Amino acid sequence: MSDLRVVPGDLVPPRGQRRHLLSVEDLTRDDVERLLATARSFSVSQERETKKLPTLRGRLVINLFYESSTRTSSSFELAAKRLSADTLNVKSAGSSVDKGESLKDTTLTLSSYDPDVIVVRHPEAGAANVVANNTRARVVNAGDGKHQHPTQALLDLYTLRETFGRLDGLHIAIVGDVVHSRVARSLVQALELVGSDVILVGPPTLVPNGLAPVSHDIASIADADVIYVLRMQKERMLPGASFVPSLGEYAARWGITPERVGAGQRVMHPGPMNRGVELDPRVADSPASLITDQVRAGLVVRMAVLYDLLTAGPVAVETAVGVA
Amino acid sequence: MLAGPVGRENIVVRGARVVDPLERVDAIVDVRIDNGVIAQIGELLDTNEHRVVDAAGQTLVPAFVDPHVHLRTPGREDEETIATGTAAAAAGGYCAILAMPNTEPVVDDPEIVRGLRTRAEAEARIPVGFFAAITKGQAGEELAALGSLADAGAVGFTDDGHPVVAAGVMRRALQYNAITGRTIAVHCEEQTLTRGGHAHAGAVAAELGIGGWPSLGESLMVARDIDLAADTGQSVHLMHLSARESVDHLRRGRDAGVCVTGEASPHHLCLTDDAIRTLNPNFKMNPPLRTEDDRAALVEGLRDGTISAVATDHAPHALEEKETTFESAPFGVVGLETAFSALYTYLVEPGILPLETVLERMSAGPAVIFGLDRPRIAVGAPANLTLLDLSGSWRVRADRLRSRSQNSWLLGERLNGRVCLTIAAGRVAFE
Repeated sequence: MSDLRVVPGDLVPPRGQRRHLLSVEDLTRDDVERLLATARSFSVSQERETKKLPTLRGRLVINLFYESSTRTSSSFELAAKRLSADTLNVKSAGSSVDKGESLKDTTLTLSSYDPDVIVVRHPEAGAANVVANNTRARVVNAGDGKHQHPTQALLDLYTLRETFGRLDGLHIAIVGDVVHSRVARSLVQALELVGSDVILVGPPTLVPNGLAPVSHDIASIADADVIYVLRMQKERMLPGASFVPSLGEYAARWGITPERVGAGQRVMHPGPMNRGVELDPRVADSPASLITDQVRAGLVVRMAVLYDLLTAGPVAVETAVGVA
Repeated sequence: MLAGPVGRENIVVRGARVVDPLERVDAIVDVRIDNGVIAQIGELLDTNEHRVVDAAGQTLVPAFVDPHVHLRTPGREDEETIATGTAAAAAGGYCAILAMPNTEPVVDDPEIVRGLRTRAEAEARIPVGFFAAITKGQAGEELAALGSLADAGAVGFTDDGHPVVAAGVMRRALQYNAITGRTIAVHCEEQTLTRGGHAHAGAVAAELGIGGWPSLGESLMVARDIDLAADTGQSVHLMHLSARESVDHLRRGRDAGVCVTGEASPHHLCLTDDAIRTLNPNFKMNPPLRTEDDRAALVEGLRDGTISAVATDHAPHALEEKETTFESAPFGVVGLETAFSALYTYLVEPGILPLETVLERMSAGPAVIFGLDRPRIAVGAPANLTLLDLSGSWRVRADRLRSRSQNSWLLGERLNGRVCLTIAAGRVAFE
C-alpha cells in the first residue's frame, strides 16, 4: 500500500460552477463511479493508525440538523474531521430556530461565516434546495422530509459493490414503509441508475405505486440478493393514521425473520432499527447482516462527497490519494 | 350587489376588431361611449369631444368577471388590499371581481359586509362583490345570517378554504338560502382524505415523497353537493375544480337538470403536477395540480360548457410565507394579472380552445352564475370593455405586478396576448 499524499494547490473548486448534492437525480452513472472510487481510496486511509488527512484543511463544513440523527450527523462530522476541515454543528433545538427563525434566515446567518459546505437535514421536502438558493456554499442534502437522502443511497451502493463486487443485475427487495421513506426514494433511483433490479414489498397502505414493481407478499423477497429493510415508523400507528392495524400484525406478515432469509441472501437496514418489528434480532446480528458495513461505508462515502464537492473530482482523487 | 366606482366617461374606441360572441359581433368597427354607456357601434363614428383611443390591430371584448378572488381584507392587508387587488384585476382586463369571505375576521356579519362595501366605494379601481360565509366563522356548524347578509349586499355565500363538512348543515344552508336569491358556492374537499396532502396523490408526489391530496378528496364532495342540490332543488356552484371525476359528476348533474355550475382556474387548465418537481412553492395550490388526463378533462369541460366560468382563485401570499419549503408553504397563487394571457398562450394560440370560448367563460359565464349583468358590447349597455393586443407579448415580472403579492406560477415567463385598456362600469380602470 502506497503512502497517502495530498498534492497542494489542487483544491480550488471549479469556477463558475456551484455543485450541490441535493438529489440522486442530479447524479450521473459517472458521478456515482467517481464517488465510489474516491470512497474506496479513503477507506484505505481509514485502515491506517493516523486516520486524519490534511485534504480539506482550513475548509468549513456546517452541519445544520433540524431533525434528530445519530448515524448521518456523526458520520458527516467525522468525515469532515478526518479530512481536517473545521466543523460547526447547528441543531434546531437550542438555536434561533426555536425562536421562529426561518430556514432562509438561518441559512443567510450561517453563510456569513463563509462555509464551504452546508450539510442540511430537515423534516420537509425541498429544504436543501431552499438552503442552496440562499448560500454560496455547496449544499449536501442529508435528508429532506420524505423526499431524498442521497448520501444514504451512495453508501448503500458502496456497501453492495464491496459485498458483491458488482452493481449491475443485483436484485434488491426493499421491504417495509416505503411511503414515508426518503431512503427508499433515493435508493430506488440510485439502483436504477446502476442497473440493479428493485422490488418494493410491504403493506398496500405503505408501498406507493409508480416507483418500482410492487408486491404485498413477503414471499416475493425469495429471489432477492439483498433484503433491504426499512424502519417501521411507530408514529404511523397513531390513532387516525391506521396505516397498519398494529406493529404485531406488521411483524407477523412482513417482519424479516430467520425463516424468511434464504441461504446466501444478505440483509441491509438504514437504521435506526426496531428490533423485533421489521427485523428479527437474530437476523440483525447474523452474518447475513450488512448493517455495520453500511455504517462504516457512511463515513468514507461522506468523506468522498465532501472531497468531491470541494475539489475538481476524479483526476484530483488519483493524484491526491495514492491507492494500493 | 357590486360596490365600487362608476364612471361617465366619453370615449371612442376606434378601429378595433370588436368581438362579443353572445351578441354575435365580430367586426372591425368603432365603439362610442357616452357618459359611461355604449351609445353607438359602427364604422367611422363621430368623435364629438370624446377621447379617441386608436385601437387599430387590437381586439375589443367584453371585460372579464372573476368569481373567485382573495382580497385578504380585512386582516391581511400586508398581502392584498381592495386597492391593490382591484388594480391587479383591472390590469388583467377585469371589470368586476367577487371577493372571498375567509378573511380575519370572517365575513359572517352584515356589518362587515357593509364596511367592506363602503371601503370598496372609496378604494376600489373596479366594482367588487363580497361573498359572505355560509356558516358562522366558516366553522361548518351554525348557519350565518344569510338573509341579513344578503340584505347588506353580500353577492353570494361560501365557506371557501373549507368544505361544509356536515351534509346536514349543507342541506339546511341550501334549503334556507332559497329566501336570498343568491348562489351558494362550495369548496369541495373531503378532509379525511386530504389531511397531510400537499400535492396530487399520483406518481409525482409518490416520487417526491410529498403527502398526497387525491382526486377523490374533491370528487366525493362534488358528488355529495350535487346530490344535495338535487334534493333541495337549489343551485350550487362548485369552485376551482381540478379532477376529471369532478367534471364527470358535474356533467351528469347538469344533464339530469340539477342547478349546478362549475369553475376552473387558469393554473389547473394550463399545468399538471409535473410542474411541482422543482418543489417551487409557487406551484402549490389547493386543490393541487393534477395529471394531464385531469387537465384535459377540465379543458374539455370548459369547451363544452360543463364548466361555465374561469376563476383565478387569486390567492396572494406574503413573500416570507412562500420563501420556504413546498410542504410548509401555504396553498395558493396570484392570477388576476395573468389569467387571460396564460389561457391565450397555453390554450388559444395552440388551437386547443377558440378565443370566443375563453372570452365567454371569463365574462358572461361567471356573471350569469352569480346573477350579475353580463358585460356586453351592445348599445345601451354600461361600458365594460377590455382592449387586447393579441399579437403583443410580455414577460411576467415580480416587480411589475400590481398585486401586493408576487406568488405567481408564471414569474419570468413570456406570455402572448396583452391587456391594453380596461373600461369598468363606464370608467377607464387600466391603460
